[in-house]
Amino acid sequence: MTLLRSPKTPPKPLPFVRKKKEAMALLGLKDMGNNKDDNPKMCKTTGLPRKRFYRARAHSNPLSDSHFPVPLSPSHVDYTLHYPQLFPSPDKVTSSKRIQFADIGCGFGGLLVSLSTLFPETLMIGMEIRDKVTEYVKERILALRLAHPGQYQNVSVVRTNSMKYIPNYFSKGQLSKMFFLFPDPHFKEKNHRRRVISPHLLDEYAYVLGVGGIIYTITDVEELGEWMQACLKEHPLFEALTEEELEADPVVKLLGSATEEGQKVARNGGQTFRAVFRRIDPPSDA
Amino acid sequence: MKEIMDEIDNRNNDNTSNRNDVAPALIAVHPFHLSVAVAIASELRVFDLKGNRSVTLEDDSGGSLHHDLIRAIQFGANGKLFVSAGDDKLVKIWKTDSWHCMNTVNSEKRVSAVAISNDGHYVCFADKFGVVYVVDLLGLDEDKSLINKKATPLLAHYCSIITSLEFSPDGKFIISADRDYKIRVTVFPEKPLAGAHEIQSFCLGHTEFVSCLAFVYGPDYPRGYLVSGCGDSTFHLYAQFQMVHGTSIAVAVQGLPSEFLWMVSGVSSLCGVGSPSLVGVRVLSLSKKFATDTTDEPMVLEDREIPGGEKLLEKLQGSVSIEEKLFPVAAGAMKTAMHNLFTKKQYPAENREFRKRGRNDRKIKQLQHGCCS
Repeated sequence: MTLLRSPKTPPKPLPFVRKKKEAMALLGLKDMGNNKDDNPKMCKTTGLPRKRFYRARAHSNPLSDSHFPVPLSPSHVDYTLHYPQLFPSPDKVTSSKRIQFADIGCGFGGLLVSLSTLFPETLMIGMEIRDKVTEYVKERILALRLAHPGQYQNVSVVRTNSMKYIPNYFSKGQLSKMFFLFPDPHFKEKNHRRRVISPHLLDEYAYVLGVGGIIYTITDVEELGEWMQACLKEHPLFEALTEEELEADPVVKLLGSATEEGQKVARNGGQTFRAVFRRIDPPSDA
Repeated sequence: MKEIMDEIDNRNNDNTSNRNDVAPALIAVHPFHLSVAVAIASELRVFDLKGNRSVTLEDDSGGSLHHDLIRAIQFGANGKLFVSAGDDKLVKIWKTDSWHCMNTVNSEKRVSAVAISNDGHYVCFADKFGVVYVVDLLGLDEDKSLINKKATPLLAHYCSIITSLEFSPDGKFIISADRDYKIRVTVFPEKPLAGAHEIQSFCLGHTEFVSCLAFVYGPDYPRGYLVSGCGDSTFHLYAQFQMVHGTSIAVAVQGLPSEFLWMVSGVSSLCGVGSPSLVGVRVLSLSKKFATDTTDEPMVLEDREIPGGEKLLEKLQGSVSIEEKLFPVAAGAMKTAMHNLFTKKQYPAENREFRKRGRNDRKIKQLQHGCCS
């Protein structure tokens, strides 16, 4: 059922490439080496995967018993698989770096791709529960690594249920930034306990985030925005960032613009609701 | 084709209805060996070892005794309190000197695990959705009247059945184990009613559901070791919440403060609701095991040699002797029930389209294909 694009039709407008220079350079490239002629899932001109072939439902049941491999413990996370250039083999570990940024529910990977070049020395990972979408992000990262040698080596994606298995991936205080961009609102009251930001799950996020680590959330649903703000405010291990700190942080600007979801909201002229908090060490009760 | 479809539907329905009809027999021993309690189906049977007589339970809290399967029992607070809870959504707290039920707490969901804090001030219980609640018992001693205590959520594992709850021997931590292979160690705060937010650590490494937790400690190691049993038939030992590698289980046995190991095997009903329950109590003597080398099997005591003797067996088992041959049947029923409850469902791939036939987005997809192709 898939139709291969005939040479006469003009190429599809380039999707996710942020800089125009990048796009022009990619257009000039003829040989990508990745059997692109046979693979309809990859766009021939940019070498990036086509979203059309990776469409999936927006929702995936986080309560279901999906069968994907879960690492036994944080020390069992395979860095050689995710960051092959930095960790070429298990014994020849060139760096003792650990993952520091985690994008929970990374979707099609927009934020990760932007962060990768902004923080080239930091390891980051995206967690996504949907199978097809994870495949898409994997293909996207691989294509970007091919197109830009040396870059995008610090970013990867994994398919997992982050609400159940975050302690399996990260040890205590390992992360310095966590992102929750446009999470599932779960509108019905009885489903509120399934929300990714909830008083109980914040305990786990506070565990994997080191003191001083920052949690970024944004949504276009007002009720969810208020809920997340309230949960974070009431939690004793988190405090809000001040306006000056928000201004100074380069990542904050990316929240609404880097992801496909954010761009869609901006196109439709919707409002977004941000909540950015820092993990603190509470003073012991006097 | 239709017969196959019906059969698949029936199979799915059977799984859901059988899941909670069978409950294992539970046993709990008083820390100073003063009494033994066995829970079978909805019945609590207690035998007073010190006075060598069976105990009749009295309920002061205005309700009847448990009317549905009991899922968790525990002694606590150095033996002063006993708690029982189960599918009837009631948590009953008993005073062990008089065996009066001092208080009954209502839970929203069926309870799967209970624990009492070492000072006897708090009782924690957990439900099948991973939420652990705490109830304070302060002021219950003076006030004999029944205050309807409300439980507040303390912490939660995300949507996972909590299989076991324990307090650490020093009372500083509460340990909770769940069906998703995790054990969480949380700092038990001074004011637990505000929630326990600080996670100390996770004990990971299991590859199947964690079925039980226990602390073993002795005077020379008061902090204790945490032992966890798992559905993959392994035990793990944790010292200070770090896994200890290569330590055999003999270390754990040495730490037990008693010379007896009480075991119960049994099931609430052998086949379906309504049929009789089956309980068998066995006692292992550990002191004899240690005198000789460790390859010897610990001695199973004869009925007469058990503390409490035949009187105890009469009370706890319902009769002095039991039909040995019924046990394999019971074990089989138990295994199926536990499997259905704890092990993750594996949906076969071949009838995936059939199972998802009712989903709305499937219908839309068909329409699209119709238009484009």
